[in-house]
Amino acid sequence: MEIFVSIIIGVLTMSAVYMILSKSLLRIIIGTGLLSHAAHLLVLTMGGLKTGAAPVLVDGVTEYTDPLPQALVLTAIVISFGVTAFFLVLAYRAYQELNTDNIEEMKGTESND
Amino acid sequence: MNRKNDQVNDVILQTAAVIIFFIIIVFSINLFFAGHYSPGGGFIGGLMTAAALVLLLLAFDSKTLAAVLPFDYRKMTALGLVIAMLTSLHSIFWGRPFLTHAYDKFDLPLLGEQTLHTAIAFDLGVYLVVIGVTMTIIQTIGESE
Amino acid sequence: MSVLHLAILLPLLAAPFIPFLFRALKRIHTGWFVLIVPVVLFVYFFRFIGITSAGDVVTETVEWMPSLGINFTAYVDGLGLLFALLITGIGALVVLYSIYYLNKDKESLGHFYVYLLLFMGAMLGVVLSDNMVVMYMFWELTSISSFLLIGYWYEKERSRYGARKSMLITVFGGLSMLGGIVILESIVGSFSIRDMVANQALIADSPFFIAAMILILLGAFTKSAQFPFHIWLPDAMEAPTPVSAYLHSATMVKAGLYLVARMSPVFQESSLWLWIIASVGTFTLFWGSFNAVKQTDLKGILAFSTVSQLGLIMSLLGLGAAALHYDGMDDNIYMVATIAAIFHLINHATFKGSLFMMVGIVDHETGTRDIRKLGGLMTVMPITFTIAVIGSLSMAGLPPFNGFLSKEMFLKATTKVFSMDFFALDTIGILIPVVAFIASVFTFIYSLIIFMRTFMGKAQFDQLPKQPHEAPIGMLIPPAILAILVVVLGFVPNVLSNSLIKPAVESIYPTLVASGQDVKVDIYFWHGLTPELYMTIGVILLGTLMFFTINKWMGIYNHIPHRLTLNGMYDGTLVWSNKAAYRFKDNYMTGFIRSYLVYIFLFLSGMILFSMYRFDLFDFSFGEMEAVAPYEYVLGAVIILASLAILFMRSRLPSIILLGVVGYSVALFFVFFNAPDLALTQLVIETVSVALFLLVFYHMPEISKKEVRVKFKVENAIVSIFVGVTVMLLSFMALSNRSLSSISEYYKENVYDLAAGKNMVNVVLVDFRGFDTLFEIVVLAIAAIGIYTMIKFRTTERTKGAREHEPKK
Repeated sequence: MEIFVSIIIGVLTMSAVYMILSKSLLRIIIGTGLLSHAAHLLVLTMGGLKTGAAPVLVDGVTEYTDPLPQALVLTAIVISFGVTAFFLVLAYRAYQELNTDNIEEMKGTESND
Repeated sequence: MNRKNDQVNDVILQTAAVIIFFIIIVFSINLFFAGHYSPGGGFIGGLMTAAALVLLLLAFDSKTLAAVLPFDYRKMTALGLVIAMLTSLHSIFWGRPFLTHAYDKFDLPLLGEQTLHTAIAFDLGVYLVVIGVTMTIIQTIGESE
Repeated sequence: MSVLHLAILLPLLAAPFIPFLFRALKRIHTGWFVLIVPVVLFVYFFRFIGITSAGDVVTETVEWMPSLGINFTAYVDGLGLLFALLITGIGALVVLYSIYYLNKDKESLGHFYVYLLLFMGAMLGVVLSDNMVVMYMFWELTSISSFLLIGYWYEKERSRYGARKSMLITVFGGLSMLGGIVILESIVGSFSIRDMVANQALIADSPFFIAAMILILLGAFTKSAQFPFHIWLPDAMEAPTPVSAYLHSATMVKAGLYLVARMSPVFQESSLWLWIIASVGTFTLFWGSFNAVKQTDLKGILAFSTVSQLGLIMSLLGLGAAALHYDGMDDNIYMVATIAAIFHLINHATFKGSLFMMVGIVDHETGTRDIRKLGGLMTVMPITFTIAVIGSLSMAGLPPFNGFLSKEMFLKATTKVFSMDFFALDTIGILIPVVAFIASVFTFIYSLIIFMRTFMGKAQFDQLPKQPHEAPIGMLIPPAILAILVVVLGFVPNVLSNSLIKPAVESIYPTLVASGQDVKVDIYFWHGLTPELYMTIGVILLGTLMFFTINKWMGIYNHIPHRLTLNGMYDGTLVWSNKAAYRFKDNYMTGFIRSYLVYIFLFLSGMILFSMYRFDLFDFSFGEMEAVAPYEYVLGAVIILASLAILFMRSRLPSIILLGVVGYSVALFFVFFNAPDLALTQLVIETVSVALFLLVFYHMPEISKKEVRVKFKVENAIVSIFVGVTVMLLSFMALSNRSLSSISEYYKENVYDLAAGKNMVNVVLVDFRGFDTLFEIVVLAIAAIGIYTMIKFRTTERTKGAREHEPKK
């Protein structure tokens, strides 16, 4: 299971990096979304998968899944939502002001002063 | 998102949305309060509530939503932060480290014995911030045209 | 925290209140409040004289970082106390002077006095700290406050230039000194100066002895403006005159002398120490006096004269080291050099302080400091003139002033070089008295220039920006006090002998004191017809002659081209290093975000792979693992395919949908992983963010279908595959190396007892790790505010047509 998930993480990271390196702002944002998925899975996998029941106390159960990575990832999910939203609006405003979503064409537009 | 509101007046969506909205809201509040004992909590509850509001926003339009639910979501964010900060701070007045929570069991009428936490107040702050932030984002983008 | 510590820190503690006082009580000059601090401290430190003159010291320790051996140990001995009294005494006079010098309605006194107090506290810390790291901290603080004070009139180009120059040079020296301190600590095993002195033999045997010595001396020479680092001091004259009088003549520039004196017991056995300090000091003495003569700005003359006098004291401290090598008579005649150094240090503070204040008065009342415009002020400013004459003649080394006494002792010390039969001093060392004589002649000339050109000669008041008149009485009191001291110390120098000079000299020669040798300080006017008296007479004759023929030989100054001067080199180095840095930067800072991302990704992967290789972590052993259910294979395949498909999508909608597919599949994976909270959160978030994507992308253009170059694509593909494989290996590595048990055992056991909850994830979020959550919601709120401002504050600014004001990325 863990090996399989690790491979998924690798592929997700690869796609994410490829998207982030492209020139279109939209593709970059999609890339960051993919990257955050990969990171969430990575944190969970590193903590060990499926080693016990869901981390909610139930009488008679002694083995639980590690709750800490889950708490960390939950925080990360919400944060990545905030960051993605911020990126999106940034891209949108950049497009409105500069009329392009190609970051190579945006180069130098700010430091022209 | 409701630019085409004049042309498309989707009765089915709007009727269903109202009903579903209440279902989701009730569910989200349940999630929020259940958070300490079963899956749920401030983040999920808040997101669920926000999702319900987004549904209304999609079915109707922002003006209708503002008329029905006149919240200022930015102030809600601020309120949430203040609540979270105050509940974090209260413990230092009792000589405990910042963010120490307290709880006790109370015998409440009708509900029987219940545990009351200061952690739930902290979670309420989280809940409000999450709703406030999500709705601020959606609303500002929606209104930006 | 003892009273002594509080006393040292008092200026720093008082500083925060100054801006409030300045604002609240506009009618009273803020200086009056500030004045309390040095006066109180002076009285406080004055009481220590009894202790130190009895040969005792006071030590108080406050633990700061005991594990690193860094403690704030306040240590008052003769040397430290002398400086503390100078700092507070001159400080009080300077503050009093500044009350009249700086206009309370025009100047931002709030800033000025904060900087001044900052300096005062820092300087006290330097001279009264036993721990070298603490001393270093205060040392750099003096550089910073000096920077702020030189740049006080920051709207002037020259002020900023001077401030930066002094900062660059003194901080360079400070950092060198820190290196020296670290070397000494590694030899001795303690940062305490007393421990270093006690283990002097250990240091002397170390192979790093010379390195440590040179690094420490770099700190001292830059601070005390010794050649070739003196170039910052003349430019520092852009500071307000009270600052020049205080920092750049009486106290801060003497920190280097203090350091040399303080470290003498550690290093002075070495011949190199004597040679470096004596020769650098003597040359600085000459170079400063030589350059002072050509200045036309009164403060410029005083600046170079300060450089020169600092060199004089420095060379005396160097020559004083000879006392250790002389074990003849009981009356150790070489000790006279050190005694002279300490005595001249006090004298210089008095006459140079009064001269600076005098120049400030002239500047204040006439509007210029240019000696080509000044002249004939004697009749309108008689008191100022008197002060100038006393100060100048003392500086020139004429009787009956205190400068004469210490100058005589200096000349005597240099002539003693002839009888030193070690370190080749009796051969090449002859240069020292010769250079000292020439320098004294120039000193005499510029001393004459100061008062002759300003106060005598033809009056040309119509050329002055202001109609000159005598200064207000308050402005005259501080220089007058100093001038009176000059005269009094000239007649009764021995009031200082046993109270201040002797204890200070004793702290420079701990070994001699320990071996029972007595430090005899006895200063008197008439030594008989000694060589030094003939030298003084020679100086006066030659100096007077040269002063009156000055126009005939001024030409020699024009022979040095600017590019070869030290200032030219300094400026050239700055320009060159700027250019070089730009050229280097432009190599990799292309301005394309993609390049930076490639650097980051490659660096990240490289680091991970390198450390895995370094610690031999490629040996994966997975142990037992859960089997993969068929539906999990399917879901995994969906994620892989969807993420790969996104790469080939050239339009918006399918990309978003595929991203959603990945997100929902990840949510399902969370279900398989027994993470119900995550699954719920992920589902809702995915829904909201897909809505968000659709909303924004609706307004955005299609992804451009323009063909990008194949090379670009291939490069990206290589980088991304590399990163992907690295992350996968990282995950494998984490799985096969589990050396520590998770902290969450604690959470699992205590979740019900401590937090009365059952859902561990939620309890971790709101209780055990509540801080994370608190910060997280703050970050969320910031993101929301950012989005709100980006969207909302555009329309209002657009109407103004000002695009610069849009929110920064």
